[in-house]
Amino acid sequence: MCLGVPGKVIQIYEADGMKMGKVDFGGVVKEACLEYLPDIQVGSYTIVHVGFGISELDEQEAQQTLEMLRELDMLADEIPELADL
Amino acid sequence: MKYLDEYRDGKLTRRLLKEIAETVTQPWKLMEVCGGQTHSIIKSGLDQLLPPGLELVHGPGCPVCVTPLELIDKAIALASNPNVIFTSFGDMLRVPGSSQDLFSVKAAGGDVRIVYSPLDSLKVALQNPDKTVVFFGIGFETTAPANAMAVVQAKKQHIENFAMLVSHVTVPPAIVALMESPDVQVNGFLAAGHVCTVMGYWEYEPLAEKYNVPIVVTGFEPVDLARGILMCAKQLEQGRAQVENAYARSVQSAGNLPAQKIINQAFEACDRPWRGIGVIPQSGYRLRPDYAQYDAELQFPELQQISPEESELCISGQVLQGIIKPNGCPAFGKQCTPLTPLGATMVSSEGACAAYFRYGRHEQVSQHLAVQALD
Repeated sequence: MCLGVPGKVIQIYEADGMKMGKVDFGGVVKEACLEYLPDIQVGSYTIVHVGFGISELDEQEAQQTLEMLRELDMLADEIPELADL
Repeated sequence: MKYLDEYRDGKLTRRLLKEIAETVTQPWKLMEVCGGQTHSIIKSGLDQLLPPGLELVHGPGCPVCVTPLELIDKAIALASNPNVIFTSFGDMLRVPGSSQDLFSVKAAGGDVRIVYSPLDSLKVALQNPDKTVVFFGIGFETTAPANAMAVVQAKKQHIENFAMLVSHVTVPPAIVALMESPDVQVNGFLAAGHVCTVMGYWEYEPLAEKYNVPIVVTGFEPVDLARGILMCAKQLEQGRAQVENAYARSVQSAGNLPAQKIINQAFEACDRPWRGIGVIPQSGYRLRPDYAQYDAELQFPELQQISPEESELCISGQVLQGIIKPNGCPAFGKQCTPLTPLGATMVSSEGACAAYFRYGRHEQVSQHLAVQALD
């Protein structure tokens, strides 16, 4: 139920007084209510849950985490038994 | 797909698992709160790749599973009413009520419709002015802003033929109930990433302190889950009990404030029964008096007569509290399968029993096996 899917905002408009948008999920485009993301712009990524954007994904934060994990991973190449794990 | 593929990287997950194995020196029991996390863990087999003694138990974070039988029977009664169009998220349709489920009502001619967004129910109401459209408003805090928006918009757009059967639940009171229960032994929690996306994680800080239990906000992909497990295990090994965030690309400490504002506009806290567990004080939302006109239980007072008894065969309450694993239940895979479910945990896409059945965990195990192996 709390499934949230990340997608890219490709269009923003207003309907029934609400901020709405089209969100692209890797090729599948669906409408989402963006009322809870007052600052989100076209081109940003959001997590959509039951037709509502609930967060704007933090690109910088995501990059930092991945870089940190990949650094760990480069170190791991020096440990031979990992390949068998 | 950006923000998904990189968190499903097997090499990174294996590296994190290696670090978990190097970190853990004694047995710990971690609970992932959310059923979406349970499915991801069982699907990827992450639980089987953890070092001996580090055990994942599955929590109550499946709204479909904890919705009380009484509400399911009320939903069935509403859906059977020829003047009602009943709308719901698809997951609820196969949940067994006392005598049938919503799919059987639909098969018998009831107007039951699956909606993707709660706002779709308002469209159905506008298209069908001669019927009352009742939406089954279930969910945790993640879903609350969406359901709240439906009633707020109904009032704003003067849509009068709309109502909501509300069965909302919230996570922090459930963590309190688990920690207070003598049967539940959990050393650390992986908090639900999307619940915290909406609510933030400040509410968990007093809980971590009071119960001396680490709580790590965790995402849903294998890399996210392995990272959450690692951070939780590190805290336990170092004797710390803090709230940490392993899902910072989506979650901020304060959460999503505009979403919380709408939740508070439409809903207020109330005591709520959880299926198989019992009443947990202040663990749910109900509509505020300003929105009482949209409360299905007030619009249809005949629903008050419905108060069924639970089946004795289904022990999903113990599964939902992490006391037993699904394949430790005598009925698992025998009397109880996804086609003949005894309880909601076997049908929901977030139910632990459904995850064990779907991903081939059919062997019957003793619930204490992992502990015995260490002795």
